[in-house]
Amino acid sequence: MNAPSDTIVRSELPAQADAAAARSAVSWRRLRALVTKETRQLLRDKSNLMVGLFLPVVLILIFGYGLSFDIRNAPIAIVTDDTSPTALDVLAGFYLSPYFSVTQPTSMHEAQQLMLNRKVDAIVHLQSDFSRQLAAGNATIQVLVNGVDANRARVLQAFAQGAISQWAIKRAAAGEVSAMPVPAVSLQTRLWYNEANNSTYFLVPGLIVLVMTLNGALLTSLVMAREWERGTLESLFVTPVNSNEIIISKLVPYFGVGLAGLAMCLLAGKFLFAVPIRGSLLLIVAISMLYLLVSLSLGLLISAATKNQFLASQLALITSFLPALMLSGFIFDLHSVPAVIRGISRVLPATYYVEALQTLFLAGNEWGLIVKDGAVLVVHAVLLLVLTRLNTRKELA
Amino acid sequence: MNTPGNTRGDAVAIRGHELTKRFTRDKQDIVTALDRVSLDARHGELTALVGPDGAGKTTLLRLAAGLLRADEGTLTVLGLDAAKHAQEIQNRISYMPQRFGLYEDLSVQENLDLYADLHGVGAEQRKQRYPRLMEMTALSAFRDRLAGKLSGGMKQKLGLACTLVRSPDLLLLDEPTVGVDPLSRRELWSIVSGLVEKEGLSVIVSTSYMDEAERCAHVVVLHEGKVLADGEPASISSRARGHSFIATSAKNEPARTLQARLIDREDVIDAVPQGGRVRTVMRAETAASIPDVAFEPVAPTLEDGLMMLLRKQIDVAPTAGAAIDLADQALPDRSETVIETHDVVRKFGDFTAVNRTSFEVKRGEVFGLLGPNGAGKTTTFRMLCGLLPATSGTLLVAGQNLRRARAEARQNIGYVAQKFSLYGDISVRENLDFFAGAYGLRGARADERIDWALENFELKKRESSPTGKLPGGFQRRLAMAAALLHEPQIVFLDEPTSGADPLARREFWRRISSLADHGITIVVTTHFMEEAEYCDRIMIQDAGSMLAIGTPQQVRDLAGDSDRPIATMEQAFIAIVEKARHQAQAQDAA
Repeated sequence: MNAPSDTIVRSELPAQADAAAARSAVSWRRLRALVTKETRQLLRDKSNLMVGLFLPVVLILIFGYGLSFDIRNAPIAIVTDDTSPTALDVLAGFYLSPYFSVTQPTSMHEAQQLMLNRKVDAIVHLQSDFSRQLAAGNATIQVLVNGVDANRARVLQAFAQGAISQWAIKRAAAGEVSAMPVPAVSLQTRLWYNEANNSTYFLVPGLIVLVMTLNGALLTSLVMAREWERGTLESLFVTPVNSNEIIISKLVPYFGVGLAGLAMCLLAGKFLFAVPIRGSLLLIVAISMLYLLVSLSLGLLISAATKNQFLASQLALITSFLPALMLSGFIFDLHSVPAVIRGISRVLPATYYVEALQTLFLAGNEWGLIVKDGAVLVVHAVLLLVLTRLNTRKELA
Repeated sequence: MNTPGNTRGDAVAIRGHELTKRFTRDKQDIVTALDRVSLDARHGELTALVGPDGAGKTTLLRLAAGLLRADEGTLTVLGLDAAKHAQEIQNRISYMPQRFGLYEDLSVQENLDLYADLHGVGAEQRKQRYPRLMEMTALSAFRDRLAGKLSGGMKQKLGLACTLVRSPDLLLLDEPTVGVDPLSRRELWSIVSGLVEKEGLSVIVSTSYMDEAERCAHVVVLHEGKVLADGEPASISSRARGHSFIATSAKNEPARTLQARLIDREDVIDAVPQGGRVRTVMRAETAASIPDVAFEPVAPTLEDGLMMLLRKQIDVAPTAGAAIDLADQALPDRSETVIETHDVVRKFGDFTAVNRTSFEVKRGEVFGLLGPNGAGKTTTFRMLCGLLPATSGTLLVAGQNLRRARAEARQNIGYVAQKFSLYGDISVRENLDFFAGAYGLRGARADERIDWALENFELKKRESSPTGKLPGGFQRRLAMAAALLHEPQIVFLDEPTSGADPLARREFWRRISSLADHGITIVVTTHFMEEAEYCDRIMIQDAGSMLAIGTPQQVRDLAGDSDRPIATMEQAFIAIVEKARHQAQAQDAA
């Protein structure tokens, strides 16, 4: 019943070749024993399960319901000093739009107060002689937008312009004199892949990235460091165990936890948020497993190198979670960031995973892109695993 | 089971030649842990590594286990070069580090299974092996208990069991009995020596207990990385031949007082209380110059030999400067009772940790609490310090009832916890500042007390070192200094000498003696039974009950009878605890 490597070492004179074999070989029995041990520890430590399973649920709920970049029912104030039917016609566009929720203060002064108190995001002002100006062909509508949040301001501005130009086009079609120049060529804009401009559509793939990163790097960043801190490695090292077995046994259970997190996100995406999956589900799972491996290896590398749980968890947050959140193109578009930041984000595995996932979810199986992203992730995984292996020597410093 | 060791016909299990190992501490400071050490450890024998803290014992064992690489020299383990064939060596040996890496969130059985799997022990072998291990370690009732929930002694036994899931060709044990009570210690040693005798196991063990080293076939004395002596225990103890005496006071002094008087002398190499008298190591002609003491020559022990060797290296008495300088108060009234407990009970759920315990301690007494792991010592201790309320009964400490006036009582007590409880990241001085503040000392008064502490505990030179980086001895001293800042009337020390080497222990007890001389009451727990001889009175507890209380002499008399008088405290302790356990078993059976 002895594992073959044992009997060889016991009965024969160990030669160099045996030494090499013993170092690289992975014994299934030892691996199984170590994986069982890791799994037991994982299941008995409640904090692991909190991070691994509870946190994804919280993230799903926060990102799904709490965080949205969509503008809907934006509060605006309309101040009109002109009560003519023409003026009301202009304003109807605002009243009826789902993007605005209108309040009507009596004076410009009051409206400005509202803006100051952040009760409204914009003011639409029609002067008392608007109808007269319109008839003269030089009507102006004043639109004031709170520019504190520049992105939001720009969107609101566009929405307001849209509302007004719709009115102008309608008016031109009816053969009436238009104050606004009606272009000869009309612009037909459409958003592809995310027709409704619904941010949940791109947040859900991003959410999966975050959960994979968190499950992978944060959990594994603790496992080697914990063994160093508790002194358990010293005993473990003086057994036939080799470093490969130790590393693999640490990856396997946490890989399982990561997959559970993935499943939860996919189910939430499909049933809670009705995100379309236009590419292959199989590819999504495959690329996610690849990224999970990268993320686990990064955590393990940090853990093996720092040998300190606190330091390791801080490093894991800084090097994996925060960049995945901010620099991967998940929230901020990478085309509009400075070149330096773009350079950094090109190195991050999360960037490629975000790209692949968003494509697979919203566009479909775009093979060229998926293969490129997959290849980059493979390179990352191999590199990190090699580094982890080099940092996991059976030696005390 | 294969017969270990003989496969290659080597006479030695380990051969080290001119081994040197250096460590870099704090980037620049280079520490030479081993300095050209050469040694042999024979097959089928017990070899002991002894020496003070920092001697290089752990480093040597780690080199042998293939966990470290020597900077210079060669080390051959089981005929294999340790630098090249670490994995092959690790396949064949078992190693129990000082802090054995049990997985505390796994059960006893799961820990055993893990190591059996890793060593490739098959199901058939397990069937033979497990019952034997369970019998040896008496852990069978606890198979499903998490390792983290075991007592200290049981953890060590489980650690040993994990290293013995198969017969290793060589067993390395690094201080396996630190923090283990005498009963568990005896059990551990009977397991190990049984394996050596019956199966020819080769064992290398590092220890700070000289009685353990004395049981070994071969002893290597290390000091600051060098081998001081190497040979049979008898050859090392013979170095003190003609120098060992038992001293009896002509003035009827207590043993502790005489011991303090002797050990403070430059011309005395060693003095420890023993059976109410004082074991002394010195040159024979010195005897004449010491007044009021009768000396009787005795056979030297290994510890005597070791102290001779160490004294040659360090030309100062171990206790030089250890006596504490205290403002001379009016002679304390030693008849005053400062601690009084009456029928104290402490339960944790259904479990009774301390059962109806009553005792008194007088001012200026040194009171020792002895008992096996899990006897209720720590619980008793925590109740006395006001850290844990009693379930029933009364506790009066320094005149305050702990039920009503815990805060007032705490002002009068100092507490030194068993585990390192100082702040490791901040300096010695900052730790003292913090504790002074915590005790409400301010301004000039605080400065004065801190200076006193730095002076009396020889911490002045290390004032600004980060506490966590200090050697263990300094940390223990600092912990004691911090507990004395507010001039407490009573000091509680929980296993203060656990893991300390013989020199450090003498220094520690010299301090305790001088505190007691100044009327400070000391309550102390220890696993070194010979240290009970420093106490005025001791109490032995087991399973929450008080088994014996009295002076060391009274306790020894209680344990033995007129036919078989008991000589050492260790024997007395074991006899008393075993007798009580037999009675309890008999009662259960009836």
